[in-house]
Amino acid sequence: MSEILELKNLGFVYGQGTPFEKRAVDNVSLKINKGELVGIIGHTGSGKSTLVQMLNGLIKPTEGEVILDGKSIWAEPKKIRSVRFKVGMVFQYPEYQLFEETVYKDIAFGAINKGLSGDELDRAVRSAAEFTSLKPELLDKSPFDLSGGEKRRAAIAGVIAMQPEILILDEPTAGLDPMGREILLSQIVRYHKEMGNTVLLVSHSMEDIARVADRVIVMNNSKLMMFDTTKEVFARGDELENYGLKVPQITRIMQSLKQRGYDIPDGILTVDEALETLSALLKKEGKIW
Amino acid sequence: MNFISVQNVRFSYDDIEETKNPVYAVDGVSLEFEKGGFTAVIGHNGCGKSTLAKHLNAMLLPDSGKVYVDGDDTSDENKTFDIREKVGLVLQNPDNQLVASIVEEDVAFGPENLGVEPAEIRKRVDSALKAVGMYDYRMHAPYKLSGGQKQRIAIAGVLAIEPQCIVLDEPTAMLDPSGRAEVMNTLIKLNREMGITVILITHFMEEAVLADRVVVMDSGKVLTQGTPDEVFSQVELLKKHRLDVPQAAELAFRLKGRGAKIDKIPLTAEDCVNLLGEVLG
Repeated sequence: MSEILELKNLGFVYGQGTPFEKRAVDNVSLKINKGELVGIIGHTGSGKSTLVQMLNGLIKPTEGEVILDGKSIWAEPKKIRSVRFKVGMVFQYPEYQLFEETVYKDIAFGAINKGLSGDELDRAVRSAAEFTSLKPELLDKSPFDLSGGEKRRAAIAGVIAMQPEILILDEPTAGLDPMGREILLSQIVRYHKEMGNTVLLVSHSMEDIARVADRVIVMNNSKLMMFDTTKEVFARGDELENYGLKVPQITRIMQSLKQRGYDIPDGILTVDEALETLSALLKKEGKIW
Repeated sequence: MNFISVQNVRFSYDDIEETKNPVYAVDGVSLEFEKGGFTAVIGHNGCGKSTLAKHLNAMLLPDSGKVYVDGDDTSDENKTFDIREKVGLVLQNPDNQLVASIVEEDVAFGPENLGVEPAEIRKRVDSALKAVGMYDYRMHAPYKLSGGQKQRIAIAGVLAIEPQCIVLDEPTAMLDPSGRAEVMNTLIKLNREMGITVILITHFMEEAVLADRVVVMDSGKVLTQGTPDEVFSQVELLKKHRLDVPQAAELAFRLKGRGAKIDKIPLTAEDCVNLLGEVLG
């Protein structure tokens, strides 16, 4: 697999040279492959938001480099704008950023700025709306007449319409109810699968990350603590707890059972997996049939 | 009568006289909240739980039905301020509820507005900040605090009014897991040690299982209520209404469906491990 993004000794200090100097990211090096879905976890203040803001040049690293498609994004500072079209960022609570007269115009805004027009623009807008399950009849409505969940999906569609190579979502499901979370998450997965795009997902929901991510970045105290497959990361539950994070409840349950001596593999991440494992065990014992 | 009594309340954001078929956000809800209880209200977006919360301290008044707080009718304008001193409201976004540039001034805002004596304000602010574990931060700027800390300051601001009840509308929705735990621990402490009635509106089932009582709302109505055990063992009902159940409960329920011998559905990881230990033998 080819890599799309590489971070080399990346660091960031807020207010450098002032009494309020604070280090937010400390010497992070990692490589992300094209087409991966990478989860980013870490408690508040661990540096994950600062980290993702450096990936599309919203803030300039104080140390190190961000290499996108083999090229340092700050090599030509005047061209940083093009990086922002390649790396699309969906911020927390993106629904507050809607502003246009119609949903269609709002979704089209970024794509127009990227230089899309005519049929190409129309296709980009409609396919972005389709990916986020916004019904075509909603496109002519004012974005302010949409429900909370629809607003959020419209805002995400606006970033998808720019056809970024990398899509970064910062807490896309925060504040949504379980049903809204489920819908949005499955749409992100579908977009990722069908487009083959690289997706970075920042989330506090370990259950969500456990279900969808290929690999997981764990940040703590400005530093990169782990970057490994989702199974490997969640198998290190004790370490995660030290960083103020939790493993999904189901993983914790299965780990405790393993510690009690039952024959259970490491890194069970979903209720489905747990159910199959336990059913197999019970069948072997003749307790269910 | 209970501390808060909600009697057959209906409320619509539409103008019910002008609109033909108004949509009722709260549609015939009757609930009783005991003094000193800890109740969690759950339900998905648009089920009417926030609208209900705003009825509990006269932020909204029912179109029909009544809400009584400590015996006072919320629709009696002369009682509005008494009611708001008794029932404090904490909202979802901590950034929208902090007003001052220093933590202790923010907490003092409520009692100052009530015309409390300065010496008494000092006392209340200190004890409120101690109750939420933020006393050491009294001279800090709120905007520099973490989400969980800000939310605890917002709770301290309500505590300084010395309410008998705090209603919280998804106070942890914008927080990370450790911030959520900070707020939950604070609420449990206020309820158990200070006897404050807590009504917590939340999407997080792991928070709801910590309450004494859980009320589930759907389409403006009460779908079911009871102790966490009673409510969360109804896995099918909750799933049908597209609500989450704790993973521990879901696993046990589905294993039971496959013939495993399970009587009581566990809610916590610990209970689930013990149960599975017995089942596996």
